[in-house]
Amino acid sequence: MTQYMLSVHHDGTEDFESMSQEELQRVFKAVDDFNEQLKAEGHWVFAGGLKPIEDSTVVDGTRAEPVVIDGPFAESKEYLGGFWIIEAADLDAAIELARRGSAACAGKVEVRPFEEA
Amino acid sequence: MSDARAAAGLGAVESIVRAEHGRVLAGLIRRFGDIDLAEDALSEALVVALEKWPVDGPPPNPGGWLTTTATRKALDRIRREKVRDTKYAEAAMITDDTPPEPTGPVEDDRLRLIFTCCHPALAPENRVALTLRLLGGLTVAEIAHAFLVPETTMAQRITRAKQKIKNANIPYRVPSASDLPTRVATVLSVLYLVFNEGYLASGPDADPVREDLCAEAIRLTRQLREVAGALGPQPEVDGLLALMLLTEARRPARVSGGTLVTLGDQDRTLWDASLIDEGHTLVRGCLAQNRPGPYQLQAAINAVHTDALDVSMTDWSQIVQLYDQLMALAPSPVVALNRAVAVAELDGPEVALATVDGLDLAAYHAWHATRADLLRRLGRNDEARGAYDAAIGLAGNTAERAWLAGRRDGLSGP
Repeated sequence: MTQYMLSVHHDGTEDFESMSQEELQRVFKAVDDFNEQLKAEGHWVFAGGLKPIEDSTVVDGTRAEPVVIDGPFAESKEYLGGFWIIEAADLDAAIELARRGSAACAGKVEVRPFEEA
Repeated sequence: MSDARAAAGLGAVESIVRAEHGRVLAGLIRRFGDIDLAEDALSEALVVALEKWPVDGPPPNPGGWLTTTATRKALDRIRREKVRDTKYAEAAMITDDTPPEPTGPVEDDRLRLIFTCCHPALAPENRVALTLRLLGGLTVAEIAHAFLVPETTMAQRITRAKQKIKNANIPYRVPSASDLPTRVATVLSVLYLVFNEGYLASGPDADPVREDLCAEAIRLTRQLREVAGALGPQPEVDGLLALMLLTEARRPARVSGGTLVTLGDQDRTLWDASLIDEGHTLVRGCLAQNRPGPYQLQAAINAVHTDALDVSMTDWSQIVQLYDQLMALAPSPVVALNRAVAVAELDGPEVALATVDGLDLAAYHAWHATRADLLRRLGRNDEARGAYDAAIGLAGNTAERAWLAGRRDGLSGP
């Protein structure tokens, strides 16, 4: 078994505000259902959606005096919107879960293996 | 005298080793689940083989000997390094050589390995490189030359691909039925490139035709056809197999005295009639399915060529029509170049040259070679000479270079 992070990246082109309430509800429901399936099938480790990127704070504790500034970390259009951490037999199994997750959350999903613990 | 004998022995050993490379390595990878370990163990076994076989002669079953020796080397290494990784530990406990549980309709370690090497999660240029390295047994230098990239670049690509297979846990098996159709298309493109590298081998020291690579590509395509065929007809798999067989059928006539013999000049009585029959049967089967694809069309073009008992009997208009279909389905400058060669037979070299000159293929030796031949036929010998020189400079195949040099030297004054 390998652990993978399935991450959902937004690239700034998504227009969540103009999405209708029904559309949003449909996506939330699809993601909830997918989460339940992950648990039932034994793949679930952890998952979460993140608040908007504007709410992030960057902390630099590498020097004697910590520096705290308003985020985000990188001035880029792309940012992490949410993620799943799953356990799968191999990359093919992880890709199939990513396909289902992508369909549920209506966004592209990046599959990345974790370092072995 | 004894030196010459030893050298000959060494050459024979190397060709045996190359023929067995893919099968032995694939078996080791299946058993140990680790590509690097399998490769290291095999190369240690090869060192022993290259010392022993030229003196004692090769064992009756060289593949079996290599597998046994490499397995022992791998187990030694696992014990020596006291690797605690459970995968290794489990592998080390295996003491019998019975085959693994069936994982698909065809039991072959090499087929599993090719689906790993051709996994869509790997970059396309890395898939071919890895397949040639692991299954074909080509050296990194040979692959680098085939792809016209520096050796260090190719070494990095192969290392990166192997690392991703390991880190991302890309499986080593024939894919499930639902994934098979898309995965098959990826494998076909890789097998085609492997065949081409065999048919027009690169490298100053390489044989002009690497029969082992051609045979390996054909063998793997046949197996793929069995696996994919279980899901219903796969005309492109049939098409690729037919294309390979009809090309392979002409091999005995293709090189003479280290020089390439072009299609028009080949002794057609040397062609392999049974391969041509098999290829033609496959092409007819494809036509009946009426789902044309690029490999099927290229196979059909080769079927027209192999239908002609003499080059003068070639149905060039049908060949041009097939190239038109191919251009409609999968347009590329290389297809346009090949089409122009057929057009030259139908409408003359001047018409063809106009097309060829408009193609952006200056890095491709065949573009220069085609231009050279058209210019020669037009009596523009000075320009032809320059084009032959450019082609010779870019061609990687020794027989092709010899043929091009012969053509160039045969040109009379400007």
